[in-house]
Amino acid sequence: MSSRFRASLLFLGAAALTLAACEREEHHSRSKPIGETVPAGSSPQTIYPGGSVPPALDARAKLFNNNANAISMGQTLYQQMNCVGCHSHGGGGMGPPLMDDQWRYGGRIDQIATTIAEGRPNGMPAWRGKLTEDQIWDLAAYVRSMSGLPSKDAVSSRSESMSGPTPQTLTAKPQPTNSDAAPQ
Amino acid sequence: MRRVGTAVTVIGVLAAASALISCNKNPAAKSTGPLIYAKIEGGPHALPPAAAAPADDGNWTMPGKNYASTRFSALSQITPANIGKLALAFTFSTGTTKGFEAPPLVVNGTMYIITPFPNYLYALDLTKPGAPAKWTFKPKPAAAAQGVACCDVVNRGAVYDDGKIFFNTLDGQTFAVDANSGQMVWRTQLGDIQKGETITMAPLVADGKVLVGNSGGEMGVRGWVAALDEGSGKIAWKAYATGPDKEVLIGPRFHPFYASDRGHDLGVKSWPPDAWKIGGANTWGWLSYDPETHQVFYGTGNPGPWNPDQRPGDNKWSTGIFARDISTGEALWYYQASPHDLFDHDNVNELILADIPWGNGRRPVIFHPGRNGYFYVFDRRTGQVLSATPYGYINSSKGVDLKSGRLIPVAEKAPKSGRVTRDICPASPGAKDWNPSAFSPITGLVYIPHLNLCQDEGNMQANYISGTPYVGADVKMYAGPGGNRGVFTAWDPINHRKVWEIKEDLPLWSPALATGGNLIFYGTMDGWFKAVDARNGKLLWQFKAGSGIIGQPISYRGPDGRQYIAVICGVGGWAGTIVSGQMDPRDPTGALGFANAVKDLPMKTTAGGMLYVFTLPR
Repeated sequence: MSSRFRASLLFLGAAALTLAACEREEHHSRSKPIGETVPAGSSPQTIYPGGSVPPALDARAKLFNNNANAISMGQTLYQQMNCVGCHSHGGGGMGPPLMDDQWRYGGRIDQIATTIAEGRPNGMPAWRGKLTEDQIWDLAAYVRSMSGLPSKDAVSSRSESMSGPTPQTLTAKPQPTNSDAAPQ
Repeated sequence: MRRVGTAVTVIGVLAAASALISCNKNPAAKSTGPLIYAKIEGGPHALPPAAAAPADDGNWTMPGKNYASTRFSALSQITPANIGKLALAFTFSTGTTKGFEAPPLVVNGTMYIITPFPNYLYALDLTKPGAPAKWTFKPKPAAAAQGVACCDVVNRGAVYDDGKIFFNTLDGQTFAVDANSGQMVWRTQLGDIQKGETITMAPLVADGKVLVGNSGGEMGVRGWVAALDEGSGKIAWKAYATGPDKEVLIGPRFHPFYASDRGHDLGVKSWPPDAWKIGGANTWGWLSYDPETHQVFYGTGNPGPWNPDQRPGDNKWSTGIFARDISTGEALWYYQASPHDLFDHDNVNELILADIPWGNGRRPVIFHPGRNGYFYVFDRRTGQVLSATPYGYINSSKGVDLKSGRLIPVAEKAPKSGRVTRDICPASPGAKDWNPSAFSPITGLVYIPHLNLCQDEGNMQANYISGTPYVGADVKMYAGPGGNRGVFTAWDPINHRKVWEIKEDLPLWSPALATGGNLIFYGTMDGWFKAVDARNGKLLWQFKAGSGIIGQPISYRGPDGRQYIAVICGVGGWAGTIVSGQMDPRDPTGALGFANAVKDLPMKTTAGGMLYVFTLPR
């Protein structure tokens, strides 16, 4: 009797774990149509006068942050959409580096998604209309991963280039600064 | 002029006469003292053509010093004997932190400085103590242009002519500004940053026209050179570097020396269908001009994308030299240095006009230290290659076949899609990049600041998305044989040999200056400004600037009659963007692979533009 009860508990526990894992790795293969793809509440601002608080993290963040599939999809897009031409494999060039711990427009994933979607005034192109919402968030997840912010078990152990950098699992993790330190 | 002999000979009188005959408006700049004629020593050697290199009036009105692009000042107060006393006269902060490649200009007691983006134009009053600013002109280029400039947001210089200063802005405009008042006279929008098109080069002003070329060889931007009317800024002619003959201005007067450059619409046929429309071949380097024949000479850049598998064919008219009639733009001859370029070997380096002893007379030639590592001597009238001699370490080609004019590639060094090709020498910036040499008519030598870099290259399919990079290569550069990344070579163009060389640890990204006092000036990326003896390369004087030097040094005569040497520091450019762009050195592929070769640079210098002017104490 008691052993059967224990078995049931074990089974329930395993099921719960599986469900939780499913949620963590949920794949969004279908995107909303273009025009509704606005990341919200993601100002790069870090000063909130009069005692205001920063806007809460976008609800979509938890679907993409530390999501191995999103990071991997983003890594492929990073190459295909020519992000690599400006930012190299994170070291920068025509564009700023992405693997360091400096974020001009905020290092929260929703802030990065906004940067990709809307562009920035010193030369970052606006990709809204060229990429779907999911693609933008995939890219944001990968870009954020370059700085070593997500946990190592989510990032790819392969390098997306031939003669280039070491895989992300082997690069040193810099300390997050400023608003990046916001809990995610 | 054939036999110069050992006696000291004067070449200036002819020069002045020719300048008058050729209706050349440029020397109209008022002199602040007597004209100086270079004194020639030694046996028969190369001389610049008198019409293109007139006697020195003490000004410095264009980056190349003159149409022959000698970067030689005949001023001779400062000599190897007294340079030990050379001291700082005044300084000026440019207010910028990006790579400073431009020279200051000096015209009749005023110095003009064009900065990198945002392309401020300063006028400094040299007649007053400390050279205070007279005015600043701010062209306000579009900020987004910074995101489509391949290799730092540099500007290679302004030009003075006929009371106006001409320069280009990063967002693709050409400006004419009144040299006295600092007021805009005209501006013309030529480039479109939506396509990734920028302008970084210094214009050439001659024959009443302002010649401008575009940048964007890493963005799939089709190259062109436009001639604007000097008075109005209206386009007189525009010659593309790819596409149908009609748009390249190839017609009945086009007579290339080599058979492979002859045929109908080669700018279309030597590419896969429509690839010429996004094929690069941009003119972002130097133009020279022969006032006697009204011929303008310039180079074209790399074909796009870098990945050569995506563009089978010779990819005309990339990586070559055009000679054109400046009045109409019609092409006269063309030579291709790297047909079907494999390594981003733009052919935009300086073209120094010279006349060399030949048989019983002199032959009009062009000296050209090419990016592919060969020092070319061309016949200026026909484009024939008279010689092509390696001046740096090369393992990616075996030489230049003088019968066909073609580079002979080494098959195993050809990069292929899906694999990494290792130990390619020279690397993508070549044995030498944009930073020009100086040519002294006194020694007859060409002073070449250059590179000693090799690279690994892995290629993959590049996707064309307008306004984004179109490259398809992961590159990792490193020092070539010997471990030094820079070399300063004194080259004898008649006997095809180096006379002396100085190994520099860091890549050499600064142009050179030669003076009538037999001194050579250049700067290093860690900020040393050096003077060496033109005859033997002995280091005679050096000064540590606040930032790495990649700018053109100049020499001028001040309102007080004294000789001054000026240089602007400010590390950056392709080689120094690891500092000016605050890059992360952990990624070896950063800055198109240059980052790996200069990982130590952020420890050795910091960014910041500053003018330094030196003279001898009274």
